[in-house]
Amino acid sequence: MAGGGELKLLGTWASPWACRVRIAMHLKALSYDYVEEDLDNKSDLLLTSNPVHKKVPVLIHNGKPISESLVIVQYIDEAFASNGRSLLPSDPQERAIARFWAAYIDDKITASWKQAFSAKTEEERLEGTKQLLVAVETLEGALRVCSKGKPFFGGDSVGYLDVVLGGLLPWLQGTEALCGVEFLDAARTPLLSAWAERFGALDAAKAVLPDVGRLVEFAKVRREQQAAAAAAAKN
Amino acid sequence: MAGKEDLKLLGLPLSPFVVSVRMALNMKGVSYEYVDEDLNNKSELLLKSNPVHKKVPVLIHNGKPICESLVILQYVDELFAGRSILPTDPYERATARFWAAFAGDKLFPAWYGVVTAQAEEERAEKVKETLAAIEHMEVAFAKCSGGNAFFGGDSIGYVDVVLGSFLFWFEAVRRVDGLEIINASKTPLLAAWAERFGGSVEAKEAVPVTKADLAVQYISKFRAPAAAAAKLASSE
Repeated sequence: MAGGGELKLLGTWASPWACRVRIAMHLKALSYDYVEEDLDNKSDLLLTSNPVHKKVPVLIHNGKPISESLVIVQYIDEAFASNGRSLLPSDPQERAIARFWAAYIDDKITASWKQAFSAKTEEERLEGTKQLLVAVETLEGALRVCSKGKPFFGGDSVGYLDVVLGGLLPWLQGTEALCGVEFLDAARTPLLSAWAERFGALDAAKAVLPDVGRLVEFAKVRREQQAAAAAAAKN
Repeated sequence: MAGKEDLKLLGLPLSPFVVSVRMALNMKGVSYEYVDEDLNNKSELLLKSNPVHKKVPVLIHNGKPICESLVILQYVDELFAGRSILPTDPYERATARFWAAFAGDKLFPAWYGVVTAQAEEERAEKVKETLAAIEHMEVAFAKCSGGNAFFGGDSIGYVDVVLGSFLFWFEAVRRVDGLEIINASKTPLLAAWAERFGGSVEAKEAVPVTKADLAVQYISKFRAPAAAAAKLASSE
């Protein structure tokens, strides 16, 4: 296992953004110190390493912090270019396409997912799921274009976009239980459904991704706690 | 050697994101065809090139579209030789990407919210958010510049281009609202940087002085209906 310096990752088991980074680290065969943060009691290290957002994941490389999962994944790919395969494509046009869809996933997919998940009214939830389904269909199209018939967004092997979406996999699989609509439906999005199976079977995914059942329970409890806190704050 | 490439940029006169791409293309010395879009009547080419977002900027290179300004900036940097826009060191690149994302995700919605806020309360909230965000960028400047003139060091780089493309809007907000987003006493480093950036060849080429005037007109026009309604309500 190659190191190339001291690597420490601050994350939480449930965070899909932290999962992305952990999957990337695994694919690049990088060893690192993992620190499980308590988001209700953030460590000094987290607060000083990411003073702007105070969020996980944060990668600390030789004492220097890097925040924002997409920034971290690209950093790992560039700083450890000689480790294993490149995550980003080598062709600038393909790189631009991968970055475009990564931004789409973080802007559109997560926004509509969150709306459906946190909806206070049925109307809100329906609006969220409607937008989510449109976004998923768009993503199915992206997979068709990017993969060109091969198993992953990255082609024959796992690439940047696979990692970006893959970190979210257990959350996507829990969408029916949490938002009331199936994200991955074999009839509606056959390519994405097949991709999800393949991605989930990877060593990196099995080592990092949390169990869907455990995640769903955790998310439900968290949602109830936040709703209760909001109600209490109103009184 | 950047010669004649088949490059077309779809844009809008007031979009800071379009300005940033134009700046980058100019920095690379690459010539391109520029097309102003009409938001109320988007061209077939725009709709076909950016079906997902239907927004500008879109850079069409040899017939293939690239969308999202930060994606385009990195594409231009990677494809064309000449001066580097992003740093070469991986850690510095990560830092630059972080702050470019911050400028787009946090700072932009805040200041644009000041422009478009419908009610005074909303505007006050957006002003607060804007000033908080710009404080972070003041700290960012100290970190990134390492005592040099720009975020990119000796010369203009990625974060300079991204933040610099907002400046004509900041000037417009100053003229209309009297609000100094970059303030000589609160954000001295950014104030000095803004002077230097504004005086640069790169800025002058991509941001003619008339842009701030146009932005002022936009703000006045945008707020006119609400102002008229308020006037009507208060005269009853």
